[in-house]
Amino acid sequence: MTLTLWYALTGVALLVVGVYGLVSRVHVLRQIMAVNIVGAGVFLVLVAGAHRRPSGAIDPVPHAMVLTGIVVAVSATAVALAFARRLRADADERTDGAAREDEARAG
Amino acid sequence: MNWTYWLPLLVVLTSLVPGVIIFALPEGRVVTRTVLNLTGAVLKIALVWLMMREVYAERNPEFRMPLVQDVDLLLRADALALLFVSLSAFLWLLTTIYAIAYLERSPNRGRFFGFFSICVSATVGIGLAGNLLTFVFFYELLTLSTYPLVVHRGTEASLQAGRVYLRYTIAGGALLLTGAVWLQAAVGPVLFDGGDTLARADLDAAPLVAIFVLLVAGLGVKAALVPLHSWLPVAMVAPAPVSALLHAVAVVKAGAFGIVRVVYDVYGIRLTDAIGVAGPLAVLASITILYGSVQALRQTDLKKRLAYSTVSQVSYITLGVTILGASATIGGIVHLVHQGLMKITLFFCAGNIAETLQVHRIDELDGMGARMPWTMAAFTIAAFGMMGVPPMAGFVTKWYLGLGALEASQPWVIGVLVGSTLLNAAYFLPILHRAWFRRPVTPFPVRRGRLETHWALLMPPLVTAAAALFAGLFASAPPSPLEWARLIAERAYE
Amino acid sequence: MARRERTRPVPADAPWIVWTVVLPLLAAPVAFVLGRRGLAPFAAASSLGVAASVAALAWQVAAQGVQRHRLGGWGAPLGIELHADGLSVLMLVMTAVTGVVVSLHAHGTFGLGGHETREPSGRARFWPLWLFLWGGLNAVFLSADLFNLFVSLELVTLSAVALVALAATRVAVAAALQYLLAAMLGSLLYLLGVALVYATEGTLSLDELARGAPHASVAPPALALLTIGLALKTALFPLHFWLPPAHANAPTPVSALLSGLVVKASFYVLWRLWFQAFPGVAPFEASMLLAVLGTGAIVWGSVQALQATRLKSLVAYSTVAQLGYLFLVFPLVGGPGGLAAWQACAVFAVSHAFAKAAFFMAAGNIRLAAGHDRIADLDGIGARLPRSFFAVGLASVALMGLPPSGTFVAKWMMMRAALESGQAWLMVVMLLGGLFSAGYCFRVLARAFTPPTDTPLQPVPGSLDAAALALAVIALATGLFVAPALDLLAIGAPDVAGLGQDGPR
Repeated sequence: MTLTLWYALTGVALLVVGVYGLVSRVHVLRQIMAVNIVGAGVFLVLVAGAHRRPSGAIDPVPHAMVLTGIVVAVSATAVALAFARRLRADADERTDGAAREDEARAG
Repeated sequence: MNWTYWLPLLVVLTSLVPGVIIFALPEGRVVTRTVLNLTGAVLKIALVWLMMREVYAERNPEFRMPLVQDVDLLLRADALALLFVSLSAFLWLLTTIYAIAYLERSPNRGRFFGFFSICVSATVGIGLAGNLLTFVFFYELLTLSTYPLVVHRGTEASLQAGRVYLRYTIAGGALLLTGAVWLQAAVGPVLFDGGDTLARADLDAAPLVAIFVLLVAGLGVKAALVPLHSWLPVAMVAPAPVSALLHAVAVVKAGAFGIVRVVYDVYGIRLTDAIGVAGPLAVLASITILYGSVQALRQTDLKKRLAYSTVSQVSYITLGVTILGASATIGGIVHLVHQGLMKITLFFCAGNIAETLQVHRIDELDGMGARMPWTMAAFTIAAFGMMGVPPMAGFVTKWYLGLGALEASQPWVIGVLVGSTLLNAAYFLPILHRAWFRRPVTPFPVRRGRLETHWALLMPPLVTAAAALFAGLFASAPPSPLEWARLIAERAYE
Repeated sequence: MARRERTRPVPADAPWIVWTVVLPLLAAPVAFVLGRRGLAPFAAASSLGVAASVAALAWQVAAQGVQRHRLGGWGAPLGIELHADGLSVLMLVMTAVTGVVVSLHAHGTFGLGGHETREPSGRARFWPLWLFLWGGLNAVFLSADLFNLFVSLELVTLSAVALVALAATRVAVAAALQYLLAAMLGSLLYLLGVALVYATEGTLSLDELARGAPHASVAPPALALLTIGLALKTALFPLHFWLPPAHANAPTPVSALLSGLVVKASFYVLWRLWFQAFPGVAPFEASMLLAVLGTGAIVWGSVQALQATRLKSLVAYSTVAQLGYLFLVFPLVGGPGGLAAWQACAVFAVSHAFAKAAFFMAAGNIRLAAGHDRIADLDGIGARLPRSFFAVGLASVALMGLPPSGTFVAKWMMMRAALESGQAWLMVVMLLGGLFSAGYCFRVLARAFTPPTDTPLQPVPGSLDAAALALAVIALATGLFVAPALDLLAIGAPDVAGLGQDGPR
């Protein structure tokens, strides 16, 4: 059992935990976190995959992919959090009884 | 490529283009719409006439456009196609004139005439289709364009009728499509070539029979073969010009014409005979003929009686085709025209009576002959034609059908013909008796104006009645439908 | 010099393939910083510019064959390589045609202010996001390696999600969030698949993957991960849960773009992977599974559409159902008649895009006019909004798969392939799907003929009507132009006819 394999297996385990979290949790923040856990797992597998050359040199390509992947994941998380805030703000507004027309709009 | 290459396409476009323009016109542009409709209709007749000359000289104009893989959108004028197309073109002109008067001052006329024109384009496309895919293409288009006409009035009853109509025709379309695709998958592109493609393919009998059943079931819906006929009487809620068009030309004829195509041009006479499907279909057609007549007898509503009469009469075409003999073929094919002329006359007349005097039921017809003599005269001619009284058009049909049955040594068909004639008499004669020999129970409203109704409502039935009369009287004169049918039969059986 | 140049109207060797991707991506930030005054002309100019670039590329591919370009001279695996064959061009054309017409509609919708969006800034935000989305879509259709596909798909997802949220209602934001989470999960699964592919094959280029014999033990699970991720993004039943709320609650032009184009992007990647990068890797059972799920989509989506109370949800569920057809084709490619099935799938995707976008635009117009889109209360709307309703009618014809629409021709080809490869049940499913769609379309169409009511209607700007009707007419006419589309598809098409269904080639 090599170290690389350990990394990969840990990544897969994280992935499974994340997917479970995503489907079992209702709270928005928890769902967003769950997706990020899936992301961490996937990135771990990618990094583990970089260690593959017989010479021992590290393959830069998966690293480049992980970096891009993290950028994408971070921006998506930011968007998701912005939505979550908006939903929250909306809920607050609603308790003030101000946004009744929303319902009518949604038909 | 000369100018005749474009002829078949132009014949389709002469109604399609006006249809599209009419949709774009505002509702109030009555004159423009009328001019467009009539120009298109007259132009179509002229083009059909040109095409007829080409076909008579055995130069069949052919237009093709690649559609997919090895199949073209193929429009080809052959003798059989022209019989159907010229009938449609002629009756389209008359029905348009009739409809303009009939729908005067009613709402949504733009929509009506738009779909009406598309409907005729689809009918002509069906007539000119040169292969199975093209046929299916226009057949489905016909379904779509007739639905808005059936539900035109927008009442709950017409919407209900529309639902029934759709259920039958869309399911029928699906069956036809299944059969067409299956055949195509088995033998490649299917041309209407007298059965050569299938004869060469050498398929087993079982799939051939199955495909035949699918195709005929799909077509049988529109041709109102029992037990697929129930949509037709329900669709009577449509305005009279629609009933006239649907029942005389477009929809039911498209189905019957399709059956003719399948038997003669897809399977070919030899193969149809060999796989033994003609006999059962002939029996089914006979059942339809008798059943439709019995049902017609039981109706009290004039349009409904005519509708069941259509169920019955259209199956003469199927019967003639499935007896498989030259004379029976002539009888079946010529009935395509004869039934069209006679039935459209009857519906025009029923529409006139309903529109002018709000009379819909048969027991209200007492004394109608005195009040609307011209209308009832046309009605009478058409009704006698339907019964097959010599020398009317219907007699010619029945004569050739009977002759064909004897040639093919199937004497039972004579029984069907006699039975049907008696039933026809039983449901038409009482109407004529009431109209001509009884006094009205309550007097009809006094007529305004010189004519018994609007001239444009009166002229079309008189013209079609005269055409039906002449088609019988001068059956042997060269341009008659009978001579044309004889030409088709000769080419099919040579 | 100038004279010589004039003889060549389109520079034959210009890198149109690059402009097609870069132009919208450059225009997007400009639209973002541009004030409201210059936005409309700029948006119009950039839409037409992208469309022109697509047209030039299409001409180039048709005349010279497959186009390749390495951005900045860097090759795979680190550089960005673009690749345009017939399939890419067809998808680009689909996007450009739909995009231009929907842009016209969007100009009208967001110009109204306050009807569709709560904030008046909706218009200012729509254009940059839509141009990003367009750039992302074009990049998906032109990318030549797995990782660029990932990045492009993400660009598509993020801008699509943000566009949904432009509706600014609570329901829309909640739907956008659900959409985002589902899409992110899909992307991550896809990325994991990419990692596996790279670890075993050592390359990400689609061409190189296609050339090398795939690693028999790793390729199938990798493909499975890629497939699940993409199926989630394409909303394949039962992973479709996010689609109906997102598509039904987005602003109308956005719904049109999402249902018509965005779902096609992830499907396109799936399509490329199965039949070009990993031909013959998936066992026949796997393709059968996709077809079964596609059947599920058709049945489930149709049943939901039959029960929908709102017009826009009906259209959204119809998308779920129609996407099912695309998956029915998987077991057909590789059998006899497989090439036809492969082509039919592309034709179907294109004509569905036109029809669905037109349908959504028309549904949005109806909603705008009536103030609601409850189907039961739309009596007589046909007489009062004739053009929009006519668009609904024409688009319905295409959705039902009836002539002369492209879907009719596509279904004809698919059915024929189904029979030729002895899988008649697929044909039964397609027929059933057609009957279903007739059922839900006529629920709406019957409203055209009921007598009009007196409830007041909001006026609908002419451009909205015109956009819906124009695209509906295009959708209906596609059937007559299938033959040239097939010629285009033949350029650089994979040899699907030679694909074995079992095991590697």
